[in-house]
Amino acid sequence: MITGIVTFLVIFAVIGSILYGQRLVKTEKSDAVFGNPERAKGGLHWVVVGSSFLLLSWLYYSWDIAKAFYPKSANELCQVAKVNESLLSLKYLFPIEERQHKSTALIKRENINIQKKIILIQNSPDLKDKDKKLFIDLLNKTKKTIPLLTDEKFLENKTKNKIGELTNRITWLTEDFQKINYPPIKSIEEENKRIEALKKQLGWGATGMEVPPLPESKKGLKFHAAAQELNEISDEFFSMRNHNVAYVTLIKEIRNEIKEYQNELNDDQELEMTLIKEIKKLGQRIEYESVFPPNALNEMEKSIREFDVAQKKEQGNLIYVDAFLFPAGTIVASGPTCAEDGPGRWLPKPSDTFRIFGDLLKPSVGFKMIPMIWYEMMGVNRIVGFILPDWIADIMPGKYPVHSSDGTVKPNFKSKVLDIVTGEFNAFKIPVPTGHIWDSFLRVFLGLVLGIIFGVPLGIFMGLNRFAKGFFDPLVELYRPVPPLAWAPLVITVFGIDNLGKVFLLFMVSFSIMIISARAGASGTQLSKIHAAHSLGASRWQILREVIFPNSLPEILTGVRVAVGMCWGTLVAAEFLAGTSGIGFVENVARKYMQYEVIWITIFVMGMLGLLFDVTIRKIIDKTIPWRGKG
Amino acid sequence: MSDLVSQDINMIFKSPKGEIVHALKDVTFRLKKGELLTVLGPSGCGKTTLLNIAAGFLRPTSGLITLGNKEIDGPGVERGMVFQQGALFEWLTVAENVNFGLRMKKEDPVKTTKKVDEWLDIVGLQGFGNTPTYQLSGGMQQRVALARCLINDPDLILMDEPLGALDALTREKMQSLILKIWKETGKTIILITHSVEEALLLGERVYVMAPRPGRIHKEYKLPFANMGLNEDLREIKNNKEFVDKREEILSMIWDMEEEIMGKEN
Ligand SMILES: Nc1ncnc2c1ncn2[C@@H]1O[C@H](COP(=O)(O)OP(=O)(O)O)[C@@H](O)[C@H]1O
Ligand SMILES: [Mg+2]
Repeated sequence: MITGIVTFLVIFAVIGSILYGQRLVKTEKSDAVFGNPERAKGGLHWVVVGSSFLLLSWLYYSWDIAKAFYPKSANELCQVAKVNESLLSLKYLFPIEERQHKSTALIKRENINIQKKIILIQNSPDLKDKDKKLFIDLLNKTKKTIPLLTDEKFLENKTKNKIGELTNRITWLTEDFQKINYPPIKSIEEENKRIEALKKQLGWGATGMEVPPLPESKKGLKFHAAAQELNEISDEFFSMRNHNVAYVTLIKEIRNEIKEYQNELNDDQELEMTLIKEIKKLGQRIEYESVFPPNALNEMEKSIREFDVAQKKEQGNLIYVDAFLFPAGTIVASGPTCAEDGPGRWLPKPSDTFRIFGDLLKPSVGFKMIPMIWYEMMGVNRIVGFILPDWIADIMPGKYPVHSSDGTVKPNFKSKVLDIVTGEFNAFKIPVPTGHIWDSFLRVFLGLVLGIIFGVPLGIFMGLNRFAKGFFDPLVELYRPVPPLAWAPLVITVFGIDNLGKVFLLFMVSFSIMIISARAGASGTQLSKIHAAHSLGASRWQILREVIFPNSLPEILTGVRVAVGMCWGTLVAAEFLAGTSGIGFVENVARKYMQYEVIWITIFVMGMLGLLFDVTIRKIIDKTIPWRGKG
Repeated sequence: MSDLVSQDINMIFKSPKGEIVHALKDVTFRLKKGELLTVLGPSGCGKTTLLNIAAGFLRPTSGLITLGNKEIDGPGVERGMVFQQGALFEWLTVAENVNFGLRMKKEDPVKTTKKVDEWLDIVGLQGFGNTPTYQLSGGMQQRVALARCLINDPDLILMDEPLGALDALTREKMQSLILKIWKETGKTIILITHSVEEALLLGERVYVMAPRPGRIHKEYKLPFANMGLNEDLREIKNNKEFVDKREEILSMIWDMEEEIMGKEN
């Protein structure tokens, strides 16, 4: 419903904006020679065109328009798919969608196989002549079984009758199928059962199942029933064997000879054993394949062609819905279930996506019991306990209290300090953010801050001091060229799959970037500035803090910007590898359960967060170093 | 008694390739307190090297240089530097740049603010205190550099082609400013330039240096700087004596350049 309205709005927006834009372009034609800076700005209407177009293609290729305007179409196409599936094996017997009769193709293949084997045996140097003769003899006999199957005069009456019966059933089905009251109601009881089951069936889309399989409409029911009938026919046909007395006699003879030969074989005659098995298999394949005389199935072929025409006609406008509103894919059946095939499979429908996004954002729903981003009340004691290390209590004077004989413990100063550093005291609660997005953000933030705290001073030191450069350069260059994710398995093993491991990994990423940028910034300080500061009475430390550091700031902040991007990319991948929260974790779980809506949402959220980080840092850069590039 | 005395200074550089450059050879001079010396010479004759030695950034290979009988063995506040490109700290405002030296000495901020304002007045930058330096024109940047150096009250001011990058008009204004400051503060100044006119206009004394090895080739004592304190600089430039001196020095430098070319070919 909403999608329907949106579709129309979007189409109007596109057409309207284009018309409006065209009019503007026309009025601006006059100054085309000199160029108009206003026009180069783009204009809101072109933005509307662009984003509407994007949304429209999304609606269209994800079949959301089909869902909005033909909500029953998926269910009906599912029933059609069932018919096609049942029909498929029967169709393959004839040159309907293939080039040849299946029998023709089979015979051709088996003849080639037998011939190849004969040549192989003739040329085999390790075989005794006696065995060779026997093998070739057997193969020639196997070859002779084929004409026994393809000669009309050997066709048994039993087989003939069965083919006739199945052909009739297909013809009747074709006739019945086109009647209005097909399929007939078998019994009130069964009809009630069907209606009951239908009521429980969920709709098309992410709420229920991908495609509801039980037929919901009259048309659907028709195809469903036909598919069932065709399945039976097809099963009966393929369980039928076109054998006859002459064939059975010959094949028995072959089999006996093989058995005799096998009994006389020794265990070390491996080659012979393999060959005789293969010869036996060649015979068996022909035995179980549906090989018929050339004209035996003519009537049946005709009936199937007729049914195919009839079922295409009965589909009616569904064919057009399928062709136009299910672009680059359709709905396929596999047994009793149906699935989307094509973009419908991996491109979620906007309507579902927005609804699931809304659900994910709800703090009570979230993903895997964790909200995307929300807050929780946390006692200050827990925060204090987390921040203060426990060994503070250990280094306090005195001893921890020992329980007394009356079974009580008297706290002393040392134990009270322990209570504080472990967070075991009562305190008011403050809201702290939680959720997948927050977790990811916090990891990036911590990794980055640690990288800056350690990397910048070291980088500046390396930029100013030859010894430091010589000493630390090899150490940094040893781990930096390795892609950060390659370290992940090790880091995760050492520091755990939780925050510590990931923060350390991100620290490694940002550390090297910060070192390099700080070093470049420091060593790029003009000598005259250092000289000037020197003769203005600045000490070495003052020069470092007041001249070299601010002078390196542009490089450092550019480094931060690069590091944020790198950290963000690495983090998502690291969360993919292991962990229980974070935006990358969400995507990984969604991937396992093939929740394409969630996958797309996480991709979108990551893009937005990445953009947000970059814009923020760009703003900070512009604010803190306005002199950049103007010095 | 705070004279600058240089005795037989030699400076020999070794380039990384192993070439030996005799940048200064037996440079001896004495500069009395309050004198304005301009140093002139073709490029590569060791002017900057001489200045860097006086500033204490370089130690001479041999010889002794003293200021007020104290050996110069490192940079110090008593010797202020002004560079060609100002070498301003672009992350600071004009006032913060000027204040830099006082802040390094941890002087009382209230007092320094007043002092900074006074110096901004003197160099003609009143009202520009809060402007970021990267927004200033080249001439204004040199004014800031001057004020930044002078606020420390150095005994000796060293200027390495301070007006080299300025356009002619700004240059003239700055020349007057330098003369004005010289007169009002009575500072000893060494100013390096590659412009003969500038050397003559500003220099109470002028050293013309010759290259390879770098040495003082000729010394002049000139009245123009003192004249410039009262007269219009443009008039002095048309003065007969001035023109003669200028031609004399110019042809001397031309000869030197020719000699260099001859040596090279
Ligand atoms: N640090 C140094 N190492 C090697 N040679 C130097 C160094 N500094 C200056 N020189 C050389 O000393 C000579 C004088 O240089 P400089 O004093 O800069 O000349 P000027 O300032 O007169 O143009 C030049 O030949 C220059 O190449
Ligand atoms: Mg120079």
